[in-house]
Amino acid sequence: MVDLISLAVKSIFVENILLAYFLGMCSFLAVSKKVETAVGLGAAVIFVLTITTPANWALHHFLLREDASLWVALGLEGVDLSFLVFIAFIAVIAAMVQLVEMVLDRFSPTLYNALGIFLPLIAVNCAILGSSLFMVEREYTAAESLVFGFSSGVGWALAIVSMAAIRTKLLYSNVPQGLRGLGITMLTTGLMAIAFMAFAGIQL
Amino acid sequence: MKAFLQRTFDGLRPNFEKGGKLEWAWPMFEGAETFALTPGEKTEKGVHVRDPMDMKRLMIFVLYALAPAILVGMWNVGHRGYLYEGVPAAQISVLDAFLRGAWHMLPIIITSYTAGGIAELVFCVVRKHEINEGFLVTAMLFPLTLPPTIPLWMVAMGAVFGVIIGKEVFGGVGYNILNPALTARAFVFFTYPAFISGAGIWDVAGKTAFVSAAATDAYTGATPLLSVASGQPGESAVDLLAAEGWTFVDLALGAIPGSMGEVSAVAALLGALFLVGTGIASWRTMLGCVVGLLGTGAIFNAVATPEMSPLFNLPAHYHLVMGGFAFGTVFMATDPVSSATTKLGRFLFGLGVGVMCALVRVVNPAYPEGMMLAILFMNVFAPLIDYYVVQASTRNRAARLAVAAA
Repeated sequence: MVDLISLAVKSIFVENILLAYFLGMCSFLAVSKKVETAVGLGAAVIFVLTITTPANWALHHFLLREDASLWVALGLEGVDLSFLVFIAFIAVIAAMVQLVEMVLDRFSPTLYNALGIFLPLIAVNCAILGSSLFMVEREYTAAESLVFGFSSGVGWALAIVSMAAIRTKLLYSNVPQGLRGLGITMLTTGLMAIAFMAFAGIQL
Repeated sequence: MKAFLQRTFDGLRPNFEKGGKLEWAWPMFEGAETFALTPGEKTEKGVHVRDPMDMKRLMIFVLYALAPAILVGMWNVGHRGYLYEGVPAAQISVLDAFLRGAWHMLPIIITSYTAGGIAELVFCVVRKHEINEGFLVTAMLFPLTLPPTIPLWMVAMGAVFGVIIGKEVFGGVGYNILNPALTARAFVFFTYPAFISGAGIWDVAGKTAFVSAAATDAYTGATPLLSVASGQPGESAVDLLAAEGWTFVDLALGAIPGSMGEVSAVAALLGALFLVGTGIASWRTMLGCVVGLLGTGAIFNAVATPEMSPLFNLPAHYHLVMGGFAFGTVFMATDPVSSATTKLGRFLFGLGVGVMCALVRVVNPAYPEGMMLAILFMNVFAPLIDYYVVQASTRNRAARLAVAAA
């Protein structure tokens, strides 16, 4: 239990998926203009990450890795489908996002409307695929990948929401012509990453 | 003298005004004039607040508030230099120590003003805005957070980075999101870590060749936080400090190794009284910092077990007087631009700074001191805090209105 909590703290703050690995930058830059929408997208990312990371874990554990459980049970030792990892993970993410969209549409139209365009957008968010790949690389267990997915999402949401608040403030700034828009946002992201260096080095 | 200056400026003015041949250099002229005299210009349009506390006076007041920290810092730098060379403390005269400290500190401060000032001027000339007095404070705060042995070219790089990336790319004073002085400090800290943290950098004498091996052994030069951090698990933090000869009073007065202006909590406290008294700095922010630090420190004390680093059992009130906490609380966290701006927001902002400072100090083994990063971290969240404070306040008012209307 303590391990899982420290994993959560680590993936939210110490190894923030956005400010330490710079994954999921495109939607971070595109959808961080207003706090409300940033909160919506953040929530959607948390939601999808919490589902896809364990789903991909199962897929990888039972089917894709070398000597995966299924093939061993069938007596087919030595089957290695790990070259399929990328395509399989992307397919799972896209399918999961679609599924989530349909389920939400059916059972919670309010939330569906609130998330709106963001759900399909998430299918191509590299933070989602990145988390699944980190999960493989770091050999997380099922419980760990669930916690990792959820807290990576929380870290990402935290970054985009604070960025949206900063950009709201920057609306009144007299930024030099050439830096307006993306330029100053990139610079701000870099400065935020410096601030998050406060956690770098914490051993958990 | 004043009449002479007035005549000089009046004589030069036509050259710099619209149509004059030095029109492009107007910000330089304007800056020099504002610095030397009180210009006679009046606001011609727009909303105007009539208050004798203008930007110039406000920033000059911050410099006054910094004076105790600077003076104690100068004395301390010189004093430690003599100690390091093996001179017994009783034989060092205060004046000697002070002059020696000034000899080491003034070049650093001058470099910061010059390098940062050139960057600021270039931006002012190109972007045609006037030099803001806020620079005077930034360029003074930045060197005070550095160790006295820092090479001057690093000071120059840091000052330029702080002015340009920390402030000017956002449009100048008032628009920046992070404290420019701390941005500069963080830049130097992460780019040249060997020159800005560790045991060997706090004493000016360490850079000279005359130091005998015996003196070096007898005197480690580690900051109090570093001495506690490098203790063995189970040792008492207070004992570790006592072994170096430091009591709570020493730490508070500032006779300890540390960044040039940050050593003395008492000097920072004097500055705080002045700033709060004149209404420049927010007491809510400072209170938040202190509460956050003491609370987190107390929690660490409560959970400390003998297997943990001595930092965990460092009494919470010791945290207040060690490292850059007092200086950062008074002069950096209260920065009116990069801090939160709502009243409740300011308290929450300070609280976050205090908690983060204690967390980084105690939990993060990579950095012995956490005040700089704590403030930068909360600077990032300040707009968000303000946003939600305003939202909550709007909701409360709407609810009250609904009740009143019903």
